[in-house]
Amino acid sequence: MSQDANITRRGFLMRAGILLNGLVALALAVPILRYVLASLTRGRNNAYLSWVALGPVADFPQGETRLATFRNPFVTPTDGKTVDTACWVRRVDSDHFQVFAINCAHLGCPVRWFPQSGLFMCPCHGGAYYRDGSRASGPPERGLFEYPYKISNGALTIQAGELPTPGDSTARLQGATPPDQLVAIGPTNHFANLSATSHSNDGCSAATANGCAELLGKRPPCA
Amino acid sequence: MRLINQIGEWFEHRLQLAAPIREITVGHRIPRNTASWFYVFGSAALTIFMLQLVTGILLALIYVPSGAEAWSSLQNLNHDVALGWFIRALHGWGSNFMVAVVLIHMVQVFLFGAYKFPRELTWIVGVFLLLMTLGMAFSGQVLRFDQDAYWGLGIGASIASRVPIMGPAIVKIMLGGPIIAGATLSRFFALHVFVIPGMLILFVAVHLLMVLKLGINEWPMPGRLVHRATYEKEYRELEKTDGVPFVPNGIWKDMFFAAFILLAIAACAIYFGPFGPSGTPDPTIIQTAPRPDYFFLWLYALLSLLPPAMETPALLIGPVVVIAGLLLLPFLSGEGEKSWLRRPIAVLTILLVAVILGTFTHLAGLAPWSPQMNAWSGDPVPARFLHGTTALQRQGALIFQSKQCRNCHSLGELGGQRGPALDSVAVRLTQDQLIRQVIQGGGNMPAYGKNLSPAETTALVAFLETLHPQGQPAARDASRDQVLRESSPPPTSPDPAQPALSPSTKQP
Repeated sequence: MSQDANITRRGFLMRAGILLNGLVALALAVPILRYVLASLTRGRNNAYLSWVALGPVADFPQGETRLATFRNPFVTPTDGKTVDTACWVRRVDSDHFQVFAINCAHLGCPVRWFPQSGLFMCPCHGGAYYRDGSRASGPPERGLFEYPYKISNGALTIQAGELPTPGDSTARLQGATPPDQLVAIGPTNHFANLSATSHSNDGCSAATANGCAELLGKRPPCA
Repeated sequence: MRLINQIGEWFEHRLQLAAPIREITVGHRIPRNTASWFYVFGSAALTIFMLQLVTGILLALIYVPSGAEAWSSLQNLNHDVALGWFIRALHGWGSNFMVAVVLIHMVQVFLFGAYKFPRELTWIVGVFLLLMTLGMAFSGQVLRFDQDAYWGLGIGASIASRVPIMGPAIVKIMLGGPIIAGATLSRFFALHVFVIPGMLILFVAVHLLMVLKLGINEWPMPGRLVHRATYEKEYRELEKTDGVPFVPNGIWKDMFFAAFILLAIAACAIYFGPFGPSGTPDPTIIQTAPRPDYFFLWLYALLSLLPPAMETPALLIGPVVVIAGLLLLPFLSGEGEKSWLRRPIAVLTILLVAVILGTFTHLAGLAPWSPQMNAWSGDPVPARFLHGTTALQRQGALIFQSKQCRNCHSLGELGGQRGPALDSVAVRLTQDQLIRQVIQGGGNMPAYGKNLSPAETTALVAFLETLHPQGQPAARDASRDQVLRESSPPPTSPDPAQPALSPSTKQP
């Protein structure tokens, strides 16, 4: 056998070795990527989309805005206190609520409610919002984030398992559409587009959301 | 002595390191005038990096990267573990010094034209080293896992979410889940302890290797231009004719400065102590005003001062432009003049950037854009503003306090600075303008129309109208005076068809 042929055979084997390792790397990359991106694909755990109770409706006096806290429905053993979150609950009238995320729509700092002046103020960069959550002044480009809510068995429940951010507000959450009561209240309706883009995972399509809202408090709604 | 020699020879026979070590020390020649105090910052950064590695490993002996326990393990380090506070303080101050020294090193290298041919790649690797250093600083702040860290992550997530299309996905990957929680801390721990340091070590090695292979940048002489064709030959010539061995001629200054920097870090650590942790990472505690660490304070100021519409483009495009500019720099001006004496734009750029960053950092310390959340209940209206006022005006002062106006407006230099100080607002705005401003807001002020009754508005404006310096009258609408004078009947011939002026329209 000539030397050339010998080299070709070795060269071929080396190339086969590279190819083999490439295939193995590819095969391993799939589960590794799946692991790394688990928080994106959400795996099989959609627990954080569950509804959480904020307390009996009677705890929230009409016309007032109160701080409420809830525990994220999705808890892992190392979370500590971080799964406890606060939100502002405004009871508009007997069965209309607004549940605002604590996070400023600018960069997520915790906003504080001042009932005397009817404003939410942010301590970080000075964003301010009116009582209905619409933007009053400062750097935020939109109103406060709102969580979808429903009333089941006399308790106010919200769907709030996800950190709302300017690029992906709670409006993108899958869940019941918040009742479309905001048009009547806010001077500017920042939330109209939220209702339009929300989807429902409980049988209430966006089109029937208002119908569901009418049922609130009367019988277990669409759950 | 003979035994030591024998052992040394035994190792040398196997390792064969003596020749390469001699080559990079006594055998490595550097141009004479680069054995300068200006050339010590790179080795100082490396020294601090090694301090960070050692103190980081020491902290990892106690620290628990768990959302439930990180904060208390830091308390344990601060208070219970012998000298735990000192190691934490060394690591924290080491981080501050490292960012500062890396930036100074970069400025020096830029002003000395060291990024020019053939050291372009050294500069590019250096840019990545800077980014990694900042990455270490941010992820380190997250590991402190206190209130500031929690809300700082929220700010990071809010910024990341604004990336078009990819934003929400980036947030979820960054947080490791739907919210800031244990998984977030774990992944920042992995980044801070394994991923970024690993890359740093690799990049530092490449950076250093190139410094050895290409030689240290010679002291720039005005008029000595870099030409691709001739530079390397000229440099080797310079090494031969005017070179000195790096060891000991150059290295003693590096060693002195490294020792000085370490001492400075230790002094700061002893004197100022460790950073935090501040409050527990409990998102239900909302009485907090998160602030970033000092090297990100300028960003905090920028995010407050940019017009809202410019913010997202600036946040997303700004860093890309800056990083691309830094990476392209050696290709855009890879030849020519090195001396800062003949590069005025380079010097001005550095001055401009330094002034901008310094101003923003200084402003962030004052944070005039943040409302003072407790001013309305904590800072009373100074008594001198109430002397000789009517009951209505005092009622207005009360409303001024109770409606949180003070959170954004100062009186007597007390109160928020989000809005203008109102000590002399009556000079600037007429009564009508005051009413309009209060009710409709505008110019970054919320509208109070829905939160003030007509009586409250009247009282508030009555008080605001008293806010003018003595001897300087309140602003009046001159045209309105004219209208009133023309419409009011002459006193000699009263017209029964014209009703008397109502008190509300009477001018003082």
